[in-house]
Amino acid sequence: MRELLQHLWSHYHYVIYVALMLIGLYAVLAKGNLVKKVIGLNILQTAVFLFYLAIGRHTDGTVPVTWVNRPDSIPYENPLPHVLMLTAIVVGVSITAVALALIVRIKGAYGTVDEGEILALDEAEGQGEG
Amino acid sequence: MEVLILAILVGLAVAAVRARDLMASVAILGGYSLMMALLWCQMNALDVGFTEAAVGAGISTVLMLAALGRIGRREVGPTRAPLLRLPLLTMQQRLRRARHLSRQHHRSSAWGAILVCVLVGGALLYGTRDIPQVGASDSPANRAGSLAEYYVTKAPEEVGPANMVTSVLGDYRGYDTMGETVVIFTAALCVLMLLRQARVRRGDERDA
Repeated sequence: MRELLQHLWSHYHYVIYVALMLIGLYAVLAKGNLVKKVIGLNILQTAVFLFYLAIGRHTDGTVPVTWVNRPDSIPYENPLPHVLMLTAIVVGVSITAVALALIVRIKGAYGTVDEGEILALDEAEGQGEG
Repeated sequence: MEVLILAILVGLAVAAVRARDLMASVAILGGYSLMMALLWCQMNALDVGFTEAAVGAGISTVLMLAALGRIGRREVGPTRAPLLRLPLLTMQQRLRRARHLSRQHHRSSAWGAILVCVLVGGALLYGTRDIPQVGASDSPANRAGSLAEYYVTKAPEEVGPANMVTSVLGDYRGYDTMGETVVIFTAALCVLMLLRQARVRRGDERDA
């Protein structure tokens, strides 16, 4: 137990990232409102980005931009996670845009954006026909 | 400093998820994105920070506000028109039924969601056992001989720009970036098609 706590303490960055991710995941799973789900998805995404960026860090690192006469004690940060996350941010916004367009359409068709109400309406529709 | 920003981020995330008013929720999410951009600049990921500030805090928020303008800002809004179309049941009955089922659904799914979150969180934390500490220069991603070292030492002379992120984005991983633009293009097409359809249909109803 003591070891576990020590480990979590020394890796506290990751603990916070996991917490952020779980907040987003909870919103996606438990919130009925579809817009809330999209908000949760955004939070979840940023937590994953944080994780990637943390992997590429150096303790005394500096921005990966050429620095003439850089002292050897200051390494560049790893540029690869930065590039991957740049791409991911833009893709994330595309996802948000498509999801919101779908939600606007759902609002037009059902008159509500609450998941439970939509399911209930579908069910009622089925019973009405059967 | 980093810890302070992370704490603020957690607080904002909880507030954004809990807010009853969707408009407030979106505003908080905008603030969250901006804090995130700040944190990434703090973590020496300048390009990522700038992109998040422009795209995450800017465009995302605008998109969400535009969507809220069309669907209303309350989380549990008054349910309206299309509910009426059901045979056999009156509007009142349908609405009550839908609300009831919806509430049941929420109650059961909240516990399920918490269970899933605990399981996922436990698995992720278990996974941190093998992960090197943040900032470790000898981690697999950063140590000598890794791809990162190649980019850092060779990019300025092989590609040109002083910013290595630019070199990797535009040259070494150029196809990846092209794929990204294809994704944006496809998303734009999807949004246009979805919203155009809505407008066409609404126009029909007005004519009829």
